[in-house]
Amino acid sequence: MSAPLLPEGSSLGASLAIALVLGMGFGAALERAGLGRAGLLVGQFYGRDLRVFKVMFSALLVAMLGVFWLSRLGLLELSALYLPPTYLGPQLVGGVVFGAGLLVAGLCPGTACVAAATGRIDGVFVLFGLFTGMLGSGWLVRYWPDFYINSARGAWTLPELLGLSYGVVVCVIVLIALAAFGLLQRVERGAR
Amino acid sequence: MNTPQPARAYADPYLAGAALGLVLLAAFVLVGRGLGASGAFASTAAGAVALVAPEQAAASPLFAHYLSAPGPWLEWLTVELLGVMLGAWLSAALAGRLLVTVEHAAAITRRQRLALAFGGGVLMAAGAVFARGCTSGQALTGGALLGVGGWLFLVLAFASAYALAPLLRKVWS
Repeated sequence: MSAPLLPEGSSLGASLAIALVLGMGFGAALERAGLGRAGLLVGQFYGRDLRVFKVMFSALLVAMLGVFWLSRLGLLELSALYLPPTYLGPQLVGGVVFGAGLLVAGLCPGTACVAAATGRIDGVFVLFGLFTGMLGSGWLVRYWPDFYINSARGAWTLPELLGLSYGVVVCVIVLIALAAFGLLQRVERGAR
Repeated sequence: MNTPQPARAYADPYLAGAALGLVLLAAFVLVGRGLGASGAFASTAAGAVALVAPEQAAASPLFAHYLSAPGPWLEWLTVELLGVMLGAWLSAALAGRLLVTVEHAAAITRRQRLALAFGGGVLMAAGAVFARGCTSGQALTGGALLGVGGWLFLVLAFASAYALAPLLRKVWS
């Protein structure tokens, strides 16, 4: 076996069928976690409910370790994976604006879909806002093209940035996340 | 949906997170890409603009990206997001958690909550366009693949939301 099993350029129908099934798993996991509820999600930023951090980092750890070990065992071709590109300036501004929007909306684009699908009208309005914002951004990018592609670094990874090996960076992230999880449990027990 | 049946408690966040991580890993193994969300909205907006004013759509670097084959209406992320809605609906239905309501704090009105939801959506769209992804496409997918942009976005989005939180305490109390 050499994954990815259906790389870019293979049958569109099969690729879209997989998209639907993976999406269902994604949506079900977010719903089970309670992340389709704005009030619960935003609890993260007021220290009363830390499920965003717990869900996000346990998912990140599982996927990161899975990719690392599958590629190490020769079962997954790392170079065939699509890595979202780095654009330092736009990502700096985009991250700050997105974070503000996240707090105002109480839901992110993915969890807003979960909220909307489970009956929350506030989730539906986040979806309207996202669509409207995309229409506006298409125009914004057209009149601000230089900034849009400013400081492009392509598919840039932390091991390349830090000059460390893939395995060392994975190990450090696992240790930091486990320490954070331990700290959270302790803080929550103390608060109770 | 309106009968007051007891809703089951949510899953343990670490367990739900691990399940989400396995779905993300399956995406890497099956199709060589991760999960996402904001791209579906960009693609749909590109398709809508292309229907009304094709030359305007082609002139925008954001929209032009989605107009190449197979076209904006067959975007992978759009189909994936339809799956998200279906999966979430099924999961909530099985747990007795479907409820038509507007979630808002007692200190603000429904109308204010819906206006904030809309405005927050607009801001997130702009942020995701410049960041080339959102919490799913950059933070989670990029983060798991150790992308610099993914981690930069993750840290900044969290920091920004935390910094703004004291000002919006009333909205979420």
